[in-house]
Amino acid sequence: MKHLLSAADLNRDEALLILDTAEKLRELADRPIKKLPTLRGRTVVNLFFEDSTRTRISFEAAAKRLSADVINFSAKGSSVEKGESLKDTALTLEAMGADAVVVRHGASGAPHRLATSGWIRSSVVNAGDGTHEHPTQALLDAFTMRRHLGSLEGRRVAIVGDVLHSRVARSNVLLLATLGAEVTLVAPPTLLPVGVEEWSCGTSYDLDAVLPKTDVVMMLRVQRERMTEAYFPSAREYSRRYGLDSVRMAALPEHALVMHPGPMNRGMEISADVADSNRSVIVEQVTNGVAVRMAVLYLLLAGAAGSSPGVASAEDAVPEQRRWERA
Amino acid sequence: MSAAHDSQHLTAANARAVLDESDISRALTRIAHEILERNKGGRDVVLLGIPSRGVELARRIAERIRAVEPELGGVGSLDVTMYRDDLRFRPTRALAHTDIPEGGIDGKVVVLVDDVLYSGRTIRAALTALDDIGRPRAVQLAVLVDRGHRELPIRADFVGKNLPTATEERVTVQLADTDGREAVLIARQPADPATEAAGGAR
Repeated sequence: MKHLLSAADLNRDEALLILDTAEKLRELADRPIKKLPTLRGRTVVNLFFEDSTRTRISFEAAAKRLSADVINFSAKGSSVEKGESLKDTALTLEAMGADAVVVRHGASGAPHRLATSGWIRSSVVNAGDGTHEHPTQALLDAFTMRRHLGSLEGRRVAIVGDVLHSRVARSNVLLLATLGAEVTLVAPPTLLPVGVEEWSCGTSYDLDAVLPKTDVVMMLRVQRERMTEAYFPSAREYSRRYGLDSVRMAALPEHALVMHPGPMNRGMEISADVADSNRSVIVEQVTNGVAVRMAVLYLLLAGAAGSSPGVASAEDAVPEQRRWERA
Repeated sequence: MSAAHDSQHLTAANARAVLDESDISRALTRIAHEILERNKGGRDVVLLGIPSRGVELARRIAERIRAVEPELGGVGSLDVTMYRDDLRFRPTRALAHTDIPEGGIDGKVVVLVDDVLYSGRTIRAALTALDDIGRPRAVQLAVLVDRGHRELPIRADFVGKNLPTATEERVTVQLADTDGREAVLIARQPADPATEAAGGAR
């Protein structure tokens, strides 16, 4: 595993290795010194062509806790505004000796282009590309679910809202299917992508019918900035039919979790009292995000170049470890 | 996994047992008493096993200490993977649990426990890891087998058995819960590198 571009790149063992590694790194958050020397001397570039609060901060915290040097690059205030292309930006990063590039871009496929074009030798981590994928978000969502529910095998997850514009939904469907969960996408027909019947999940237009049979409900933000036409009559009507309020939350099973990848539109897809309720793990998702991104950076960067982490399971790794010690 | 099991058998076939179950048990009992004697009791002693087999050994030593004197500062585990000096040269490894007992290690006597002491690099990594967790009053080292060939100025305080070895030999510690039997084995290194992956050998 050299890059992390899509949740579909991960097989079950690799996904579980990332989650198990994150579990160990999560313990670090409770220690007085939240730092490990593992990536000392490595450089991680956060290359953000689109606005982001939590993802960029999360990757920055993750890299710094592993002692990597972090360079933050946002398109605003950079030469991109002067018309520099993705390629020239990439060549600049290569010349600076970046070991990993964490990239967010408005165009779907930009991280893939960066990884496969030969412009740079570093690892590429997709931190959200257009309406395509956001694999580390899916990993942290799965991590959060697993902490509360145990194994995801057979768990029922409802992903509700603007699926059409959501890279989070796509990555989650792919990863959760790999981990054995049953996903149902709930949205008005206009906000489901064309070809969704090919995805490894069910769909529904009726939130109230789905909620009682759900272990996790994940609310998506209505991404107005990506909407070029009218997908629903009014915000009020959308909120009535697809918003999660306390009445709907009461229909959920006792143990069910409420999640949201953020940023939230309180009062639109989720009401304020639900977002702040004890069912909601939205703040915890952010904490877990740092551990998951540390795990990804560790597995991509710490080992020898050309090695393939993720193939060995945790049990296999122990004899391996002993073998190296003799050398 | 079946391939790994096959190679385990190969190793066992040309291996010589240096310690058997009762030898291991006696060595751990002696180490437990030495730890108590050196530290004038167990009240301030925190045993930290280094994964994987060190954790089980630490647990057994703690059991023996508690059988003699009820007071023990605590027992836990310390994963040193993230502090190793050879991470860049090897494929990425899976992490193990770090479990620091309640009360931490500040001002305590930490006894690190590992199965085999060889180059000393694992212990160096453990000492660095301790820096980030707290400031113990002293750090001591207990190992089941010291096989020599140190690459760093590190020595053990409590040794189950000093085992003179050649570098091309391998020492394998097997414990019931991970390997299904109790033994310390010594073997000529097999020529086929594929079989090297077996067991807790080094």
